[in-house]
Amino acid sequence: MSQSEISSAQHARETWRVSRKRRSTLTAILSTVAFAVVAWLLLVNTPGWSRVQTSFFDWDTAVKAFPHVLDGLWLNLRVLVYATISVLIFALLLALATTLRNPVLTPIRLLAKGYIDLFRGTPLIITLYLVGFGIPGLRIEGLGRIAPEILGTIALTLTYSAYVAEVFRAGIESIHPSQRLAARSLGLSYSQSVRLVVLPQAIRKVVPPLMNDFVALQKDVGLISVLGAVDAVRGAQIEVSHFANFTPYVIAGLFFVLLAIPTVRLTDWLSARMAKREQMGTLL
Amino acid sequence: MTEIDWSKPRLLAKNIRKNFDDRQVLKGVDLEVYPGQIVALIGSSGSGKSTMLRCLNLVEELSDGQIWLDGDEISRPGIDEDEVRSNIGLVFQSYNLFAHLSILENVKLALKVVQKKSDDEATKIALGWLDRIGLADKAGQYPDKLSGGQQQRTAIVRAVALNPKLLLLDEVTSALDPELSGEVLELIRDLKNSGTTIVMATHELSFAREVADWVIFLDQGVIAEEGEAADFFAKPKNARTKEFLARVI
Repeated sequence: MSQSEISSAQHARETWRVSRKRRSTLTAILSTVAFAVVAWLLLVNTPGWSRVQTSFFDWDTAVKAFPHVLDGLWLNLRVLVYATISVLIFALLLALATTLRNPVLTPIRLLAKGYIDLFRGTPLIITLYLVGFGIPGLRIEGLGRIAPEILGTIALTLTYSAYVAEVFRAGIESIHPSQRLAARSLGLSYSQSVRLVVLPQAIRKVVPPLMNDFVALQKDVGLISVLGAVDAVRGAQIEVSHFANFTPYVIAGLFFVLLAIPTVRLTDWLSARMAKREQMGTLL
Repeated sequence: MTEIDWSKPRLLAKNIRKNFDDRQVLKGVDLEVYPGQIVALIGSSGSGKSTMLRCLNLVEELSDGQIWLDGDEISRPGIDEDEVRSNIGLVFQSYNLFAHLSILENVKLALKVVQKKSDDEATKIALGWLDRIGLADKAGQYPDKLSGGQQQRTAIVRAVALNPKLLLLDEVTSALDPELSGEVLELIRDLKNSGTTIVMATHELSFAREVADWVIFLDQGVIAEEGEAADFFAKPKNARTKEFLARVI
């Protein structure tokens, strides 16, 4: 049947659907606008609004601080790249270690489990202090002075690997044992069956949660400033003392938001696509 | 039709026992399979058919007993179990195709990583088998895009492509509706005619009667009765067998 010859029952149904959709869109727009207006009025009528406006949202300071903060952001980006690569590698090794079944390798499994418990429990800022001030404190010969951004990358890797290892482990365990059984029955060794059959499927499944952790890491690279690395946050801090104005912090904050938005949207898109694949045809 | 070679057994299993914790699933099963022979294992659910096949492929550890493949004991300590498994194909009720690989890659995987064949050679062998089951034009498809019958036929050729000495089929048609199981049974007939040695656990008694040379009735972990397929179905001797056949047919 072509589209032009739909029955009157279907025609009535479609008209009703379109009118209902139009009405809900209109309601959404109205309530958003009303909410924004109320929030704005509440804010500008606070007693200190004009002072906050000059000390946090000053255009001249923003323009002058911009280049320095942007320089700092470049350091954050480099730390992000190195930390991401090392987290993925280290976390995957940790996850594989926790799935070992061979009794001879029990110590390795327990060590990995203990590591994950320890670093998931420790606040990142404590790990940063311990690594950032502890490792140089050892005065290891021939190592010289280690740059704070390198120490920061190490601390971020230690903490995030513990989280990401759990994500990988969940992915590995979500692959049905029959897949490994089939691989072994064809003569693949244990490690071949993990590498060629289990991991490729597990990694695909955990991409959305991994992206979530990546978004968190994007913000947390700003914490390396506590070790003295001149990144976007520390750069902003220097400008804040220079101009006696908080606007550079807002600039740094906006940079991090801009960095996060593409990843967040990509994560949403990927999750939606996977959900769609897994529940094809269902309406709700 | 190829003849059975009675000179020496392809597979010999003696006193196979398997316990899961304190539950005895196999209580001493003997099995002899000759090259070109088709042996059917029948019995109700939980009788130990699947466990027996898994023990023969060494994916399940034996609790007792010994197994020989072409006179070579494969149950001896320290044997390269991966190599043994590549010589004994095992196909499951639930197909278990690798979900992240196309059906061509499914068939190629073990050819490449276990038998160390080149990519070209593996592709040639795999495509040959897919062509034989009429799926060559779907070689690039992923398993979830195929029907159950197509998936199960792919799973069978994935095992057969390695040219195993013995093929174990574990209720390969139980998850399929009659029309689709027909396609799979057709492939098994085809394999029988080209001389493949097969041990199959099955609920398809009429199919067992048609293609099997020897039928074994497993009951609560022991062989209750066995015999030539024609005799077995025509005049069962054991009371349990009669009861089972009466219930199923």
